[in-house]
Amino acid sequence: MGIATEEDPKEMKNHQNSVDEMEMKVVRFSRGKAANLSALRDKKLKGQLTGKEKLIGISAKAAAQAEKWFLPIEGGYLEPEGLEKTYRYTQEQIRGDVDISSKRKPFDMILPELGPYTLEYTSNGRYMIVGGRKGHIGMMDMLSMNLIKEFQVRETVRDVAFLHNEQLFAVAQKKYPYIYNHHGTEIHCLKEHGKALKLQFLDKHFLLASINSFGQLHYQDMSTGEMIANHRTGLGHTDVMRVNPYNAVIGLGHADGKVTMWKPTSVKPLVTMLCHNGHVTAVAFERGGHLMATAGLDKKIKIWDLRKYEVVHTHAARAESLDFSQKGLLAASDGSLVEIYRDAGGHDYKVYLKHRMVKGYQVGKVLFRPYEDICSIGHSTGFSSILVPGSGEANFDTFVENPVETAKQRREREVHALLNKLQPETVMLNPNMIGNVRQPKKKENKTKKEVEEEIEDAVEAAKSTKVKNKTKGRSKPSKRAKKKEEEVLRAKRPLLDQYNEIGGHPDKKQRVGDKAELPKALQRFAKNKQS
Amino acid sequence: MRVKVISRSTDDFTRERSQDLQKVFRNYDPALRSQEKAVEYTRALNAAKLEKIFARPFIGAMDGHIDAVSCMAKNSNYVKAMFSGSMDGDIRLWDIAARKTVCQFPGHQGAVRGLATSTDGDLLISCGVDCTVRLWKDPMRKMMDTNDAIGDASQPSAVYTWKHAFWGVDHQWDRNVFATVGAQVDIWDHNRSEPINTFEWGKDTVLSVRFNPGEPDVLLTSSSDRSLTLFDLRMSSPARKLIMKTRCNSVCWNPREPMNFTAANEDTNCYSFDARKLNEAKVVHKGHVSAVMDVDYNPTGREFVTGSYDRTVRIFNYNGDHSREIYHTKRMQRVFCVKYTYDGTYLVSGSDDTNLRLWKSKASEQLGVILPRERKKQEYLDAVKARYNHLPEIRRIDKHKHLPKPIYKAGKIRRAMIEAESRKEERRRAHSAPGSRTMQPFRKRRLITEVE
Repeated sequence: MGIATEEDPKEMKNHQNSVDEMEMKVVRFSRGKAANLSALRDKKLKGQLTGKEKLIGISAKAAAQAEKWFLPIEGGYLEPEGLEKTYRYTQEQIRGDVDISSKRKPFDMILPELGPYTLEYTSNGRYMIVGGRKGHIGMMDMLSMNLIKEFQVRETVRDVAFLHNEQLFAVAQKKYPYIYNHHGTEIHCLKEHGKALKLQFLDKHFLLASINSFGQLHYQDMSTGEMIANHRTGLGHTDVMRVNPYNAVIGLGHADGKVTMWKPTSVKPLVTMLCHNGHVTAVAFERGGHLMATAGLDKKIKIWDLRKYEVVHTHAARAESLDFSQKGLLAASDGSLVEIYRDAGGHDYKVYLKHRMVKGYQVGKVLFRPYEDICSIGHSTGFSSILVPGSGEANFDTFVENPVETAKQRREREVHALLNKLQPETVMLNPNMIGNVRQPKKKENKTKKEVEEEIEDAVEAAKSTKVKNKTKGRSKPSKRAKKKEEEVLRAKRPLLDQYNEIGGHPDKKQRVGDKAELPKALQRFAKNKQS
Repeated sequence: MRVKVISRSTDDFTRERSQDLQKVFRNYDPALRSQEKAVEYTRALNAAKLEKIFARPFIGAMDGHIDAVSCMAKNSNYVKAMFSGSMDGDIRLWDIAARKTVCQFPGHQGAVRGLATSTDGDLLISCGVDCTVRLWKDPMRKMMDTNDAIGDASQPSAVYTWKHAFWGVDHQWDRNVFATVGAQVDIWDHNRSEPINTFEWGKDTVLSVRFNPGEPDVLLTSSSDRSLTLFDLRMSSPARKLIMKTRCNSVCWNPREPMNFTAANEDTNCYSFDARKLNEAKVVHKGHVSAVMDVDYNPTGREFVTGSYDRTVRIFNYNGDHSREIYHTKRMQRVFCVKYTYDGTYLVSGSDDTNLRLWKSKASEQLGVILPRERKKQEYLDAVKARYNHLPEIRRIDKHKHLPKPIYKAGKIRRAMIEAESRKEERRRAHSAPGSRTMQPFRKRRLITEVE
């Protein structure tokens, strides 16, 4: 036709929006800002880095486009219309509005004898293991809803944890943690861990971490069996432990209101935060690693920014357990009530959904199922699961975690996971530090005053050392005095050199006007009159 | 209220029949991959280790000569062919793929010093200390026609006797002209029994000659008066000359950047020059512990190989100051000549122990047909390795090279000597009047003058 049509302003706006959205995505995929190359003087390096930056830009754009166009399914949502409130929307109503296959997903399993129950998912969200306090262990395939194995260990079960895949899992029992395979056969007994209260598996490092009743934190390598670390927390008995998925740092909540963070290679906690006035009852970390939620007996749920270690949101509520979903929803349980919070913008967590169990049920654990809009609840009389629209990641990556993986794919992934096993040293607060160059520390020059103080301390210390009693006249007062004098001089000497380097004269009194010529107005204050 | 929850039908995400390929879904969201950098670093570390484990560069030795191999020539039309000449006057054509002699070209009375092939591959030119240049027509005939028994293939199509012993020969790629060097530089035509042109600059022996791959009339020689000389056939006299402190045994132009060339020097270093700017070397390639005897560029122009009197073959990047690889075997003696094959995958070295040795140019490369997935994986591993190469653990593994004890020790002594020299120079500078001793970069230190 060749005639330019007038562009619709609405269409223009839509176009603008999509461009903005695309730019946001590109920023996310380029993983941080580009380096500033204009300051570089080395032409060769500049050329190389320019090429690299260009490549990063191209790949980020390609990834953003792939995300926009190629993702197979859309995430879940729950959108109110008019005056409706999402938290008034009950499970029955949700179940009435969703498709048939999703209707089958929520369930209530009533097992009153062996509870309360704790539960755990594999990282791909396909398998669930439940552990009843009185020794009941069950493993289920949540895709087909089949029971894979169920058995009794006939002693107290405190926690359960999957190892790298569903083939093996660990159970914290009365005295020790044990490892079982999916047939229910006992593989190992981990006696060194002692009476473990909580277990967490660091899947990239193949480390099983446990906290025992003496407050000892153990790390054991599950691929070699080697005990990597044994840290005494010194903060007493606790069963609040969570691993931060972003950096594999372990967060512990203590009875004195502190939350401490640990890595296997340091015996001291990396961070100690005073979070609550009273017991910390639950800790949870967000997938992105920047947010932590804690709940305490002081009836507060706090959201922390882990980059600044500051509270960004406080909510007055009790919680026995907390969990962040993949999309950042926060589940909290209090008695028989389960509340789901959602970030309403600017870390303002508002109640999104509420679910009340039958009165008298005590909810012990809430856990979102990865890659599904489901939250599972372990409570005193069994376990249940509810639908939480918008909680899970809709699209999985076959090479990261695959909820529909075959046995062959699982084996392949196991081999790759072992090849890429990270060393315990790579657990650190900022995992992006690897490969970076640390800024050189400025060499601190001591001030005169500091050196003077140091000299004083050294002299003081030298004077206060006791001289041994000696015989044959070597302990005469004169000898002693002489010895002490020598001692003092010896202590002083290295520091005196330092002091002279700075330009001070410790022995002499400062004489104003000795060397520097004073301005005329000040000369009359000088001791020796200047001519 | 609008509600939707994630609902995946398993059928959409798994294959229908067992013969089908598994379905693959990608989500590039960085949030799904935690600790990416640590994982990449681990992969890079493993790749560096694997590379060292699989580094088996030596493919095989080709024996047959009964004296030291003195020179080699490759044929641009046949990737698997290689000519070699030895000190006893024997010339052989080798099939590299089969690692066998295809035929021999007898005739020379003394050592063969130079071999070259014409661009179309139909002519082999050899010259030696017996003062003859021999032209062998159609040298590849035996290679094409395999049913003949191995033996002396042919008589030379022409034998030109001249006044002096020859040290090297190179063929021009453009016309039927070749240059020989010895006491002087002679330019020959295929059909003329006497040189068509002769150059002389100084009375010393010229050791090697190479035509420029870009400009056919320009040639470069190195001679025993420690000079590198540029000639232009269109002019009646040589163009430029650079005198160094020690002599260069061999020169080679960079085929991709034909203004640049590299000279293998007697002082254990190789010097890369820009022919337009001879007052300083672009790069000094260090590493050998004895005189470098020969140098040859990869056809890609990104790296070159050197053979040395210290019994090692080394590969350098065209701009790298130290070698990327060091090849040696227990039995390999002093290396006199090295060549890259035309596909850039293999090296051939000829040494004093009468053998030609075949090497891979990338020590841990998998030979043979590689599936696209394998190739992609290798590319990925190379990329992560390059990305984390600055980290101490990876660099340590990557840099580690096992050397025979004598070479290692010689290198250590050399380093100590260089260090002592620089220390001395530093002290001299410190104790002389400021500005009276100028610091000279190493790129200029071994050059004396440039003569026009």
